[in-house]
Amino acid sequence: MMRFSTLVKHPADWMTGGQGEHGAVLTSRIRLARNLHRHPFPGWAKRDQRAAALDLMRPAIEALPAMKGGFSQELGDLSSVQKQVLVERHLISREHAARGDGSAAVIERRQTFSLMLNEEDHLRMQAIRPGLQLSAAFAALSELDTTLENSLQFAFDPTLGYLTTCPTNLGTGLRASAMLHLPGLVLSDQIGQVLQAVNKIGLAVRGLYGEGTESLGNLYQISNQSTLGESEETIIRRLERVISQVANHEQNAREKLLEDDPEMVADKIGRAYGVLRYSHIIDSKEALNHLSLLRLGGSLGFFSPETVMLCDSLLMDIQPAHLQLHSGQKLSPEERDSIRAEILRSRLLSLESPDSGILSKEEKNL
Amino acid sequence: MKCDFCDQKATVFLTQLVEGQMKKVCLCEACAKERGVTDPTGFSLADVLLGGLPGGAGSITMSSSAVAPGNGKKCDTCGFTLDDLRRVRRFGCSDCYATFSEEVNQMIRGMHKGVSHVGKVPEGLMALQFRNQRIEELRSRLEQAISSESYEEAAGIRDEIRNLDEVKG
Ligand SMILES: [Zn+2]
Ligand SMILES: [Zn+2]
Repeated sequence: MMRFSTLVKHPADWMTGGQGEHGAVLTSRIRLARNLHRHPFPGWAKRDQRAAALDLMRPAIEALPAMKGGFSQELGDLSSVQKQVLVERHLISREHAARGDGSAAVIERRQTFSLMLNEEDHLRMQAIRPGLQLSAAFAALSELDTTLENSLQFAFDPTLGYLTTCPTNLGTGLRASAMLHLPGLVLSDQIGQVLQAVNKIGLAVRGLYGEGTESLGNLYQISNQSTLGESEETIIRRLERVISQVANHEQNAREKLLEDDPEMVADKIGRAYGVLRYSHIIDSKEALNHLSLLRLGGSLGFFSPETVMLCDSLLMDIQPAHLQLHSGQKLSPEERDSIRAEILRSRLLSLESPDSGILSKEEKNL
Repeated sequence: MKCDFCDQKATVFLTQLVEGQMKKVCLCEACAKERGVTDPTGFSLADVLLGGLPGGAGSITMSSSAVAPGNGKKCDTCGFTLDDLRRVRRFGCSDCYATFSEEVNQMIRGMHKGVSHVGKVPEGLMALQFRNQRIEELRSRLEQAISSESYEEAAGIRDEIRNLDEVKG
């Protein structure tokens, strides 16, 4: 089986692939919750019962063709930094990282599938894809689920569907979500309106980092809330429709910003470039917000298009546990801020200053 | 400041982004403990909110169940009781859904777009049930064979069980 260091050595394809759809949709994620028939759910099971469930699931999952050469570890055998790195990569949940023996993570070697064993449910399976690809991600994960059904008997009721620890996941056990980068809507003050509209049709929206109504890095996650009473296809189709509408709004907002106030846009992007290229101490909030603007600059043509991908991998690499992993030691917050700045400077070293040619084009039109 | 769930003084304050909106919950020591919010690995604020903030989705069930004593209902498979359900608003095992079917129906009303499943059905379910049944059958035949000292037959049955178990993974 794969070692932890090998698993996280390279960014996954899905982490740097958010270029389609104007780069507004970074990733699509599908999660399915499943439980073993008549085994006590992990939160209620006694230690030996939890171990028994794990012993039943783990060999079946490791034997999946997709998991060949993958990563498989009991959480008690991982350090807290290692677990945190997996959280920062969205490969396991924060709740799962808090667990130890009796829970495990099995991750496909390219990090496109990750399975949490004995999380809140016996099994939380996840597939991640770059861009807006919920249907494709679901198809792949559902196939894996069907294969597992040959060796594991999942708790299922003809009326209630897949039975879960919490009734909020009943039925399909499906949580489909996408991560969106929406700086245009934020800068043009339309974000509240758009998010409210999304909320109104029963979808959940939340900022990806930090608390409060504004989201650090202008990153938002949209997901379904209802899991019972509709088929997986219906749920996913609605989400894909809404997400592409939001992505279109974002695109329109960006075009309008460039048209109405190109100087403001150029100023923000230029300042972000300056700070990220030359600062020596930067906290994650400041870094996320500037990376967001740099990413916007990449999609607007101020920088080469690859800049978008570079920003996406930096979003991952500047997080606290990734920094600790990178430096191989425990870091104080001050040390983190300076190593974060160092990484940003070195990775952005060859990034040329913003091309404001795009501005003169706009000015000519005036 | 008063607790959102009773009239005691609030000592636990939580804020979190739920459905795109900032939600703040104030709880007293006792209510915080009851809802498991003091346990960092426990439940998210969303669940606390959905579970019974006055005016929230599950408030009616919660407030009525908070005073009603448990009626002694208990899941035979896992030992989960009605009181446990009221405390954590989750279940102990898949059989709990049958044991507490009335409560389930109450809880899921308004929680989802519908109340019955229309999605994927496990393909292997039928086959697996059949195989498990077959193994059960073979096991009782094996016992019979052993007690009647027909060891040759017993060996054959044992092989068959082993084959079926292997398929199971
Ligand atoms: Zn109280
Ligand atoms: Zn039970």
